[in-house]
Amino acid sequence: MTIAILVMLGIGATCGIILSVASKVFYVWEDPRIAEVEYFMAGANCGGCGFAGCGAAAVGVVEGKAGPGVCVVADAEAAINIAGVMGVDPGTAEPLKSLNSCSGGDRADDKFIYNGAMTCAAMTALYGGQRVCSIGCMGMGDCVKSCQFDAIHMGPQGFPVIDEFKCVGCGACETACPKGLISVKTMSQRLLVFNQEDHALAPCQQTCPAEIDIPKYIRLIKEGDYEGAVNTIRERNPLLLSCGRVCPHPCEDFCRRGIEDEAVSINQLKRFVADYEMNSGRRYPIACAPDTGKKVAIIGGGPAGVSCAYFLRRLGHHPTIYDAMPKLGGITRYGIPEYRLPDKVLDWEIEGILNLGIDVHYNTRLGEDFTIQSLRDEGYDAIFMGIGAWKDYTLGIKGEDLNGITQGINFLSTMAVAPDKKVPVGKRAAVVGGGNSAIDCVRSLLRLGCEEVYIVYRRTRKEMPANEVEIVASEHEGIKFQFLAAPTRVIDDGQGNVKGLEYLQMKLGEPDASGRRRPVPIEGSETILDVDMVISAISQQPDIGFMEGEPDKENITITRWKTFDNDPETLQCSVPYLFTGGDVATGPSLVVDAIGGGRRAARSIHQYITGEEIKGSPKSLLKRHIPESLFETVPGVVKSKRTPMPELPVAERIESMIEVDLVITEADAKHESSRCLDCCRLCYNPDQQDQNAA
Amino acid sequence: MEYIEIIVATIFVNNILLAQFLGNCPFLGTSKKMETALGMAMAVIFVLVLAGVITWLIYDYLLEPYKLVYLRTIAFILVIASLVQFVEMFLKKSIPALYAGLGIFLPLITTNCAVFGVCVLNIDKELGFMPALVTSFGYASGFGLALIIFAGLRERILLARVPKPLQDTSIALITAGVISLSFYAFRGMV
Repeated sequence: MTIAILVMLGIGATCGIILSVASKVFYVWEDPRIAEVEYFMAGANCGGCGFAGCGAAAVGVVEGKAGPGVCVVADAEAAINIAGVMGVDPGTAEPLKSLNSCSGGDRADDKFIYNGAMTCAAMTALYGGQRVCSIGCMGMGDCVKSCQFDAIHMGPQGFPVIDEFKCVGCGACETACPKGLISVKTMSQRLLVFNQEDHALAPCQQTCPAEIDIPKYIRLIKEGDYEGAVNTIRERNPLLLSCGRVCPHPCEDFCRRGIEDEAVSINQLKRFVADYEMNSGRRYPIACAPDTGKKVAIIGGGPAGVSCAYFLRRLGHHPTIYDAMPKLGGITRYGIPEYRLPDKVLDWEIEGILNLGIDVHYNTRLGEDFTIQSLRDEGYDAIFMGIGAWKDYTLGIKGEDLNGITQGINFLSTMAVAPDKKVPVGKRAAVVGGGNSAIDCVRSLLRLGCEEVYIVYRRTRKEMPANEVEIVASEHEGIKFQFLAAPTRVIDDGQGNVKGLEYLQMKLGEPDASGRRRPVPIEGSETILDVDMVISAISQQPDIGFMEGEPDKENITITRWKTFDNDPETLQCSVPYLFTGGDVATGPSLVVDAIGGGRRAARSIHQYITGEEIKGSPKSLLKRHIPESLFETVPGVVKSKRTPMPELPVAERIESMIEVDLVITEADAKHESSRCLDCCRLCYNPDQQDQNAA
Repeated sequence: MEYIEIIVATIFVNNILLAQFLGNCPFLGTSKKMETALGMAMAVIFVLVLAGVITWLIYDYLLEPYKLVYLRTIAFILVIASLVQFVEMFLKKSIPALYAGLGIFLPLITTNCAVFGVCVLNIDKELGFMPALVTSFGYASGFGLALIIFAGLRERILLARVPKPLQDTSIALITAGVISLSFYAFRGMV
């Protein structure tokens, strides 16, 4: 007995001594913070964070590989405590949330009858699953089974619905989904998602240059969740009040209902919710990621610059806008007349964006008050250039220096800065050009008291690049159109004033590179238009005179259209710190293009200043369409009337600059949103389910 | 020749998992993924060889001379637990790469009854030192083999349609039974 006790004591003591000696001999210095950090973690060893156990996660935190919020099970208090140990701002932890992008489910047809194992993984192995949609949800619920937190359930339409409150962002569902439909991302990461070939996208969303999730916001309007609709739009486009008024809505051209019926009035619905927010007297809160302390200079406060600043601010960076004009808005303020986009609407919209914490320097012009180099010297981490295209092309004809001749943007911006929006005009005016600027000029001239206003355009109405609604509105207002006319000279009255515009009549010949028929002059057909004012609005180019003073000018590539050469996917210029978007990169284009460019640049700038590799996706759509999502016919659509655009009667509107287009009523918005087929890549909700059966 | 016989016997004929049914807890717990199964197999081989040798030494030079064989169980457990701790510290300092590779599986082995079982079997069969060492290695390799085969099967079972009452662990146990039957075919080889 004694021996037994002694032997056991001996073995125990030997083991103990060996271990204690070993712990000295094999001592490895370990950061004491690892133990402290691990103390605050949940200790569940669940692996939800992506590390092998809590210990490994704690090491990850101390080594800077993970943020204080890495533990998905522990609450926010734990994150704050861990941040305290690490001496960092706890805010860097943005919650991860899971999102399912497919809204098809049972709406999608089946290619074959499947009798195999009822898991998504097994089904994918057989020709990618039985659904006709190559990327759609198969509805077997691998994600539902993978969720440890009961946050995913199979919805009534056969695709999973995620409960955001229960979701901890562990990422198990993302791993489980063989189709890659479920993504677990932070709010910031979501803001930087661009359309890809393998995404679940409706044709309208593929078309939208800002890539707004159109079916989702219309669905929310239908459900009466106007705040949700506004927030959905704001994930892609911060200027919804402006776009709701001036966007030519290319999306509606690809509306699936438009194939069988009239397209859904998407833009009027956007304007409806945007106006609803403005008139409700309460600004819906906009979430921003925690501060990163990175500074970005934004040159130009137009739609591209404001959009880029807005997205950078939401990502937690500190943008500062430099604008040459006394107010922000760029071409939307100084190029679009008051009757289309009132100043007070724009002011309200921009105020909301600046309230997020964006600094602005007004009346500072690039090349005069500062240079790209001086911004770099001030310590900005990156620079975004969105100075637009403000330099009008001239006609290049005789007599263009006479009094009474002006250029489109010049005229519109002079009018915009005038205190009561009034500038002196002639009695009879001709505007040369067929674009939106030309239309803006003629309709403004009419409102300023001009008696007879002509549009002189060298092709026909069909080829006019201006928005159809704008052309129709100007026809209603009594604008005279002189088609197939190319100005050849401006006639002098002998005292240096304009007396008339001589033009050559044209006929349409063979189609040119743009696909439009090329106008060919008819010899000897000179005609004189009796006018005392001529405005040329034949497109613009960026004003890049400031480049002369830049030390880096040799390295910055400029195209022959005087735009900045950039990578179309990342918008990065030939010097790494400079990014461009909007008209200065694309040449004159739509407001919504500039907004999309601002967001795209914000993604690249975010990658650049956080030290990531700047890259887009090889599957990026870039406004191309997914062929399988474009239909020839859409069975099951029953015609229903599109809500007409409410507008002021002509007699009331042409006397002043009062806004012409009105907002639709809530009842109309309900009706219009119910016309939406809620399309996805292939799925849609037909109005009539059993049409084929009948 | 004797050692080859031992190896074949321990890996196939008397496979610790499939013929002796020891160590079923890690067998089910770490066999869901091939990656973890490999990690566990490596860790078991490493620890079992050491444990087999050390417990053999303890038994032959300490317990038997003093007629204390009835203390075998408690002494072995103490030694195995300490050994795992020691190995962990040693690896962390000397071979950090291996330590990181084995990761969480090293401490888990403390509670692996296959390790204890092999140590006891070595003693019961009254093996010499070298045969005990080879036996330990053979059993550990057999454990690894069974675990890897099983993990491969389970990865494929995930793709199969399993009736609801039999899902997950149930089907795993049935599969284990079937593999065990197939290993039965090795009986009589040695």
